Amino acid sequence: MKLQRVFVALTALLISSVARADWTLNMPRGVTDISQEVYGLHMLTFWVCVVIGVLVFGVMFYSMFKHRKSKGAVSSNFHESTKVELAWTLIPAAVIFAIGVKATYTLADMYNFEESEVTLEVVGYQWRWRYRYIDENAEQEVSFFSSMATPRDEINNRLEKNENYLLEVDEPVVLPTGTKVRFLLSSADVIHSWWVPALAVKKDAIPGIVNEAWTIINEEGTYRGQCTELCGKDHGFMPVVVEAVSPEEFEQWLADKEQEAIELAELNDREWTFEELMERGEEVYTSACASCHQPNGSGVPGAFPALANSPIALGPAEGHLNVVVNGVRGTAMAAYGNQLSDADMAAVITYERNAWGNDVGDMVTPVDVYNFKAGE
Amino acid sequence: MTTATHDHDHDHEHHGPAKGLTRWLYTTNHKDIGTMYLWFSFAMFLLGGSFAMVIRAELFQPGLQLVQPEFFNQMTTMHGLIMVFGAVMPAFVGLANWMIPMMVGAPDMALPRMNNLSFWILPFAFAMLASTLFMEGGGPNFGWTFYAPLSTTYAPPSVTFFIFAVHIMGASSIMGAINIVATILNMRAPGMTLMKMPLFVWTWLITAYLLIAVMPVLAGVVTMMLMDIHFGTAFFNAAGGGSPVLFQHIFWFFGHPEVYIMILPAFGIVSAIIPAFARKRLFGYSSMVYATASIAFLSFIVWAHHMFTVGIPFLGEAFFMWATMLIAVPTGVKVFNWVTTMFRGSMTFETPMLFAICFVVLFTIGGFSGLMLAVAPADFQYHDTYFVVAHFHYVLVPGAVFSIMAGVYYWLPKWSGKMYNETLGKVHFWLSFIGVNVLFFPQHFLGLAGMPRRIPDYALQFADFNMVSSIGGFLFGASQLLFLYIVVHTIVAGKPAPAKPWEGAEGLEWTVDSPAPYHTFSTPPKID
Amino acid sequence: MSDADNARPSHTRIIVKMVSVVFGMLAFVFVGLVPMYNLICEWTGITGRTNEASLVQDYVVDENRSIKVQFLANNNADMPWQFRPMVKTITAKPGEVVEVSYFAKNATRRDMTAQAIPSLSPFEVTPYFHKTECFCFNQQPLTAGEDVEMALVFQIDPDLPAWVQTISLSYTLYDVSSEQQSAAVTFQ
Repeated sequence: MKLQRVFVALTALLISSVARADWTLNMPRGVTDISQEVYGLHMLTFWVCVVIGVLVFGVMFYSMFKHRKSKGAVSSNFHESTKVELAWTLIPAAVIFAIGVKATYTLADMYNFEESEVTLEVVGYQWRWRYRYIDENAEQEVSFFSSMATPRDEINNRLEKNENYLLEVDEPVVLPTGTKVRFLLSSADVIHSWWVPALAVKKDAIPGIVNEAWTIINEEGTYRGQCTELCGKDHGFMPVVVEAVSPEEFEQWLADKEQEAIELAELNDREWTFEELMERGEEVYTSACASCHQPNGSGVPGAFPALANSPIALGPAEGHLNVVVNGVRGTAMAAYGNQLSDADMAAVITYERNAWGNDVGDMVTPVDVYNFKAGE
Repeated sequence: MTTATHDHDHDHEHHGPAKGLTRWLYTTNHKDIGTMYLWFSFAMFLLGGSFAMVIRAELFQPGLQLVQPEFFNQMTTMHGLIMVFGAVMPAFVGLANWMIPMMVGAPDMALPRMNNLSFWILPFAFAMLASTLFMEGGGPNFGWTFYAPLSTTYAPPSVTFFIFAVHIMGASSIMGAINIVATILNMRAPGMTLMKMPLFVWTWLITAYLLIAVMPVLAGVVTMMLMDIHFGTAFFNAAGGGSPVLFQHIFWFFGHPEVYIMILPAFGIVSAIIPAFARKRLFGYSSMVYATASIAFLSFIVWAHHMFTVGIPFLGEAFFMWATMLIAVPTGVKVFNWVTTMFRGSMTFETPMLFAICFVVLFTIGGFSGLMLAVAPADFQYHDTYFVVAHFHYVLVPGAVFSIMAGVYYWLPKWSGKMYNETLGKVHFWLSFIGVNVLFFPQHFLGLAGMPRRIPDYALQFADFNMVSSIGGFLFGASQLLFLYIVVHTIVAGKPAPAKPWEGAEGLEWTVDSPAPYHTFSTPPKID
Repeated sequence: MSDADNARPSHTRIIVKMVSVVFGMLAFVFVGLVPMYNLICEWTGITGRTNEASLVQDYVVDENRSIKVQFLANNNADMPWQFRPMVKTITAKPGEVVEVSYFAKNATRRDMTAQAIPSLSPFEVTPYFHKTECFCFNQQPLTAGEDVEMALVFQIDPDLPAWVQTISLSYTLYDVSSEQQSAAVTFQ
């Protein structure tokens, strides 16, 4: 009875998963010239291996069937042959040489860092990416964090998982097609690695070192990737999403972003109500704080302190600001003063002081944050 | 230490073992120590395996079900550390302890007291390592490659215990290796010239040299971590002018030879078993020796192929790509030699042979994916994905681990004087064979489709193959309990085995009784 | 054959040899590998570190070439200072002496010390990028609320490879306050 039920459950699971996913076997060809070349190399090496495998295992299985004692096979006693041994040293060496030459050409292409039109700075943080467009003509610098947008409820199996589960971000990075884009990769804490399979770009983001990579995207589309260097707890939850659009659209997008950045700066100056701060605060909290302190402020015992009912969140606003703006040295608490705008900082602190049963009742305004940062 | 070792021949010639627990605590007998190494490594294999079961269970379905990411990271880290340093390496040292003196016609290891010490510090090292899991902040969670600064500035407090555990393991390995070198160079029976030694002895001699050369490098790199964490140096800390990339260079300068430390003795075992069951001399003995030596040499100049994505300049990248691809040549020679040994032999397929043949096929598949990974431009796509996970597990599980199992089945009659149950052995083989392929083959597809390694949860397109892989994992894991049963059953209730249970087996170990007497070759044998 | 037992060579020699290899390798890690890595980085410019001050060189300014130099500033995640270049991009001719500056402000309530770590890209330019004055040569202390403009003076070697048209100079700012200074932050 029990076994039967388990079996039915397993079959149902298998069938349902077949329905929602594909059995992808191979590397994507990608949408850049380099990624196509890489795909070609991959397939070339693969087929070389297949041919060698068929030959070697063919001989082996042949003798396993023919030369068995039960069939009366009598063993020969040859055990050496310089000619044969020389041949199977030199022939594989030649095959490998051929693959190596082709690979070296592709490698040289990948290392061609000559003039590019767009420079994108990519900085890894635990556990999100910051993108900054280096553009000397911009009135306002375009720079933003890109965090995973998948709700915690989907991860914890309380909501059905959407199609782009774990591969969706709140703000994708937008790049123009047909344009050489240079990436400058670095990190603000541990080593991360920025990877988009469709572009065949994977480069480590290392603290204190700026790494370079480049791409020219041939097709418009949305391309998803992930961090590929173990970077701590949420290593599995820092996706990369690249949206490739036409150069015209890109220009427009960048201009809009600049405008948005200017408006965002103005947000700091405007008047905020308590409700507005709480609403914005929840959003900021979810994207910047919840992965450690947990969505309900409970923290993780032994690793990340709880905020619900914590002396800091219930204590004077000054102390609370100090921790969030300046971080706590020697712990995982980063200095968010450089990562959040004054408005977002005010919102998130107000939220933390008045959510999950915390009821200080005060509100911290962007002006308070500004004054705190200015040392007043 | 050294003067004491000379009089051991006279000390306890033709005595049986002492009784009780003290026999094992104070023993200097190579067979006793070999047995302890083997049981210890099997215990670690089960412990590391149970961590792997946690990993596969969590990855059975997308979403977080059983464990939280921080614990998942501790599981991947501990699985790797325990399997590499606790299961595979001590198992080979155990086999070396048992077999090398018997194969070269020596009465014991050259340095029996150091032998005792090198074993008995191991349980302490691993007890310390395992205890970190219960410490505040958890155990090591930075992967078995422990890249700085995740393992230094950002590490849990237990990292210090991890470092000391690695120091002790390193000391144990170094002592074991020195002992093996001394035994092989000094203790061979008259007439046992170097080029007459069985390949298992040869591969272990070369492995021992590798160990002596690179274990200090591991000790050095963890010492640097210790200094960075506690004494304010800045080897790997960018803020103080150090470089996290330096860590990776030093780690892999140790790490790549380490990979061969885990596979060269396997070559030796397989080179003993295949001729025995093909009833035909090993093809190309001397080329096997030279191939092993060249693989060992090349292992020192390929380390940066683990670091193709860290931003190495073009010339460096090209050099390490070419050097790595070159390794395929001597490795190919070995595979061709094994196949040619089987060709026109007179084969039977007892359990050791099944494992050995499986080793040749699946290790070669691991070698193929290794060749693919060596191609630097393609490695940008494979690096740190499940393709790499599939690759090194193919080399280490049906590679190193299967060779150890083959060796256990092959020599168990000699050790215990009893014959294992052939049917059960074959069942164990087939379950393991199916399990290991269902477990690891789909991981190639996962990696190519873009699944990064060391993640506790994954996107939906990876769901199917992960489930298949987990099922294979559970099957493989469960089959190893059968292995435990078979070994225990053999020791307790196996049928008596003759001195030479395998028709085609060759070597001095088969000239002594089964079970091998407590002291063998107290007078050196004659070698023709 | 019979006297083989007595002729058995000494283990001591092997042990001495092997132990010296062990200690040799251990020493090699510290006094071999580390300096070797630094040396290779310096020669090739990998990692783009430019920590050494050089003297002003008597270059002939190459009037026909202009190189775009981008200045970037990043903070390590636990570093709360404000930190930015005063000018984001300039155009420089190889050989000329260029002076720019970065702004830093310690807006916290405690005295702190910072260290800026430079990185140049493409890294191939590192051997051609000569800093005669840089705030990254020394640690920068700032008292609570203090700010500073920090100078950077450099020259680009006219031998700079022809394919380089843009240079990005990035600084990451780290908190290197002594334990005493940082104790202030442990709240309560």
